[in-house]
Amino acid sequence: MLRLDGKIGLVTGGSSGIGRATALAFVREGAKVVIADILVEGSEETIKMVEKAGGQAIFVKADVSRSDEVEAMVKKAVEVYGRLDCAFNNAGLGPGRSRTADFTEEEWDRVISINLKGVWLCLKYEIQQMRKQGAGAIVNTASVVGLVGFQGAPAYVASKHGVVGLTKAAALEYATSGVRINAVCPGVTSTPMIEDIVAARPKMAEFYRTLHPMGRLARPEEIAEAVVWLCSDAASFVTGHSLVVDGGLVAQ
Amino acid sequence: MQRLDGKIALVTGGSSGIGRAAALAFAREGAKVVVVDILVEGSEETIKMIRGVGGEAIFVKADVSRSDEVEAMVSRTVEVYGRLDCAFNNAGIGGGRAPTAKTTEEEWDRIININLKGVWLCLKFEIQQMLKQGGGAIVNTSSVAGVVGFQGTPAYVASKHGVIGLTKAAALEYATSGIRVNAVCPGVIRTPMIDRIVKARPEMKEVYRTMHPIGRLGEAEEIAEAVVWLCSDAASFVTGHSMLVDGGLTVQ
Repeated sequence: MLRLDGKIGLVTGGSSGIGRATALAFVREGAKVVIADILVEGSEETIKMVEKAGGQAIFVKADVSRSDEVEAMVKKAVEVYGRLDCAFNNAGLGPGRSRTADFTEEEWDRVISINLKGVWLCLKYEIQQMRKQGAGAIVNTASVVGLVGFQGAPAYVASKHGVVGLTKAAALEYATSGVRINAVCPGVTSTPMIEDIVAARPKMAEFYRTLHPMGRLARPEEIAEAVVWLCSDAASFVTGHSLVVDGGLVAQ
Repeated sequence: MQRLDGKIALVTGGSSGIGRAAALAFAREGAKVVVVDILVEGSEETIKMIRGVGGEAIFVKADVSRSDEVEAMVSRTVEVYGRLDCAFNNAGIGGGRAPTAKTTEEEWDRIININLKGVWLCLKFEIQQMLKQGGGAIVNTSSVAGVVGFQGTPAYVASKHGVIGLTKAAALEYATSGIRVNAVCPGVIRTPMIDRIVKARPEMKEVYRTMHPIGRLGEAEEIAEAVVWLCSDAASFVTGHSMLVDGGLTVQ
């Protein structure tokens, strides 16, 4: 049975990695999908993959740190598909390499505006739409570093902790409005974002692997499975939760 | 597609409430079920319900606070079905009404023996079996009271916090052995355990309801959904996690 049959899903950062895997999972479960990203090529490839799997999707170019573009993204979803049932606020930049006292203000603002403010902007317009409908489910991409600390990426860690807090706050505010809001906290996942880091610093591969008690990285599909479940009716009593998919990392 | 097709599942405390709902959910997803409890009548009713939906189940009478009975429970499962793939360590008792300094030693020991030691005993023998097989998935019933404090029931709160710690510890120990160990943390759920309290103290109905931002109690089926997901391959990278199914209660 298709768990998101007839639903309209939106995925930010859908041009690759976890976003792409989730878009495909949404489609597999019967949803039509809006792919939002600033990257055109990867997004169009995601659309192709969706269509090849027999699904339906459109691309909306949007920078989630820009209020006008996020508003337009939700408007477009409603214009094309009439409603918005599930949203996955996943667009985000990866961790940098500087410690707190060496971090530049420019880098700080950049990471926070996309990873944290971008999630809030998406919540703002998605919730406005979902309240009109009386229902909806939202998942924000946090991270294991939204729960624990990590060296060399202060803005990233702060932004992901912020997403966890924002998730709880929004969940409380709209708990009686039919809108559920949760977060997913992936461990290190095999995606282009991580591949880029490993390409520049090969030693990181083993480091990342050994962070996880299970002894490997997450597959993007494993994160997607959690997002699909949280968006489905099976999770009808789950809100404000940060679901950790990390091979045991934060349990240490 | 049945998510637990061909699997063998065990549920302690399967005679009513969350345990019964989970046993039924396991059966609906294609598993054969071993229903374990000290209560015979309710367990036999659960078995009837499972057979009513076309499933297969047996009853094993066991007190989870007794090592010999837990060992026999797992032995019996393997004797009848050849293996054990999923286990839901759910048997537990509610707390009393005395604050910390007024709790009796007898009450303390009783609650800790069933709610905490019982979970450890089940883990012990289930893991021993699963190691022989090369894998398995276990879910322990904790509670919102395993994450935050509540007044008037210190042994219950301590036992449920303990379950979370135990879950993390066991998850780390067996992370590379193919065994995943997680917990579910229900809010207040409409079950006989809660019905009894409300019957004795009707004012608790509204107290319980308003504890949840979502504005209602949870249904046993909503907990069962989380347990099934955690036992399924969709949760292949989830271990050591405590999933909250609480309508937002703990994020306040």
